[in-house]
Amino acid sequence: MATQAGPGADGAGAPASAQAGAGVQLETRPPAVVVSGLTKSYGDIEAVRGIDFEVAAGETFGFLGPNGAGKSTTIKILCTLARPTSGRASVAGHDVVRERDAVRRNIGLVFQDTTLDNYLTGAQNLRFHAELYAVPSAAVEPRMKQVLDMVGLWDRRDSLVSTYSGGMQRRLEIARGLLHAPHVLFLDEPTVGLDPQTRSSIWEYINDLKTREDITIFLTTHYMDEAEHCDRIAIIDHGKIVAIDTPEALKASVGKDRVQIQTADDAAAIKELDDVFGLEAGIHEGAVTFSVESGEQFVPQLFARLSTPIRSVSVSRPSLDDVFMSYTGSTIRDAEASGTDHMRQMAQRIRGRR
Amino acid sequence: MSMATQTAQPGGITAPDEGLASQIRVAVPERSLRSDLRAVSIVWRREMIRFRRDRLRAITSLIQPLLFLLVLGTGLSSLAGRNFPAGVDFKTFIFPGVLAMSVLFTAVFSAASIVWDREFGFLREMLVAPVSRAAIVIGKCLGGATIATFQGIVMLCLAWIAHVPYNPVLILTLIGELLLLSFTITAFGVMMAARITQFQAFMALTQMLVLPLFFLSGALYPLSGLPGWLSVLTRIDPLTYAVGPMRHAVFSHLNISPVAFAHLSPGITWNGWVVPIGLSLGIVAVMGLGMLGVAIAEFSKTE
Repeated sequence: MATQAGPGADGAGAPASAQAGAGVQLETRPPAVVVSGLTKSYGDIEAVRGIDFEVAAGETFGFLGPNGAGKSTTIKILCTLARPTSGRASVAGHDVVRERDAVRRNIGLVFQDTTLDNYLTGAQNLRFHAELYAVPSAAVEPRMKQVLDMVGLWDRRDSLVSTYSGGMQRRLEIARGLLHAPHVLFLDEPTVGLDPQTRSSIWEYINDLKTREDITIFLTTHYMDEAEHCDRIAIIDHGKIVAIDTPEALKASVGKDRVQIQTADDAAAIKELDDVFGLEAGIHEGAVTFSVESGEQFVPQLFARLSTPIRSVSVSRPSLDDVFMSYTGSTIRDAEASGTDHMRQMAQRIRGRR
Repeated sequence: MSMATQTAQPGGITAPDEGLASQIRVAVPERSLRSDLRAVSIVWRREMIRFRRDRLRAITSLIQPLLFLLVLGTGLSSLAGRNFPAGVDFKTFIFPGVLAMSVLFTAVFSAASIVWDREFGFLREMLVAPVSRAAIVIGKCLGGATIATFQGIVMLCLAWIAHVPYNPVLILTLIGELLLLSFTITAFGVMMAARITQFQAFMALTQMLVLPLFFLSGALYPLSGLPGWLSVLTRIDPLTYAVGPMRHAVFSHLNISPVAFAHLSPGITWNGWVVPIGLSLGIVAVMGLGMLGVAIAEFSKTE
């Protein structure tokens, strides 16, 4: 079981510092986000039930969970859009309740629902944002060009946003969120409602961003494959964090890698695997299948010591689906099916409060 | 996976000038009066840009006042003719009211854009920014006031239809009064928009309030010699205190007898005491500022 992130999160084993290109002086900096004992209730619905975690500066941190698990509520609290019922949270070193303005100056936001003005051009939307965030006048033009270039919208800057595709709008929102050079960028379901191709292109921009900007990214998602882009993931279910670690460690905690081999003589191979390695193998999906820890390291041994000729090998890691399943006892889709009504109720309450 | 994407990114290695080194240094300053003024200004400018794009709205919002002036004004002038002093057209009489009307509807509609912004999420972009909510509300009110005044000025250009002279002093007086009225009405609309989150509900409620305000303001009839109940209602209507001074301004620049002046523009009286023009406009201003205050308080409360 992965431990909840304590003070050790930004220690020697901090995954963020292991990330190539994410920066070098990460270890010495204070954490970007600190959350302790956070709860939030809407009436008698407990959306968040006491969570603790830290996000290191420069890290890409993902909140993974089904809809209605408390992801958006947590992000709202961190963005000062909702007040916690109890507990504390600080972002970029500022308390989200007592230092609201300081937090807001230091964060960029990309919401689940679009918050662009469709009747303005892309450039006008950015200009509006720059003025609202009091970006120094001399920096506005060059910075606008920089962020628009980054998301590939410089050429379309003078088109009305209403003529943009869904993916372009999301990219513009990301550019806008970056315009004032925030320390922490919050992305609430950055790819929801987009087609798979656009989703992957959005991720290219986000990954690219990490190499260009000195920034901490905090995102929520309910797509398993997207969580893989994060340095660390917290799995949240029913308002609680059930696991928090790197995607690799989480998958390792679930179990072994699955190795499948195609051989000239399956029966002989199975027998030999038992004799030589003490592994129990069987035939699944038309291939000799067995489980080992760190399968990639095992493959060379397999070739060296197995006398039966091997035609092909495939090693597959446990997916985050397996991880989610093992920590929550249900797949994310099951959890969503049962959570949807609950979430709708909550969404309505939240909307009513705005 | 992310590692692979990053290492496959040649830009990070071969072109270091595109990396962190060249990042434009941007530091968001502490909130100050200057940053709040920038916020007011950009919120105002957005209203202008949107108004410029929306020509249809500019044209349609002129139709209703024109209908009142041309159709109702012409139609009723034959009826009113018998009671009207010689040399005064009924259209001239209702022109200040029609000006007020053109401003009224435009200003309320401008305020409705807040409800619209909320529905389309843009309000959130404004509310999460590190600026005071007051700056946003004031920007909205000034924007709405500017647009409504502009519509009023367009109507003012048609003064010849109502035989109102193009006297510079008169024009400037009327523009000033229109600006004041526009601001107050927008503040009223913004105040309503703070609480009413649904567009249909907002439009229904404001329409319900705007028409009685207009009818009770004395825009279409003189305020003297009314039955007691109506007399009281007209004095409660804030719009009365804007239409009265505007009519006074127009009639001061007409070449008519004092008797006709007193009959058609008797001024607003409280129990026989004539309310001075300055106080009348002061009432409109105080109401506007009061509603602006409520709107700011309401928006500051929301998360």
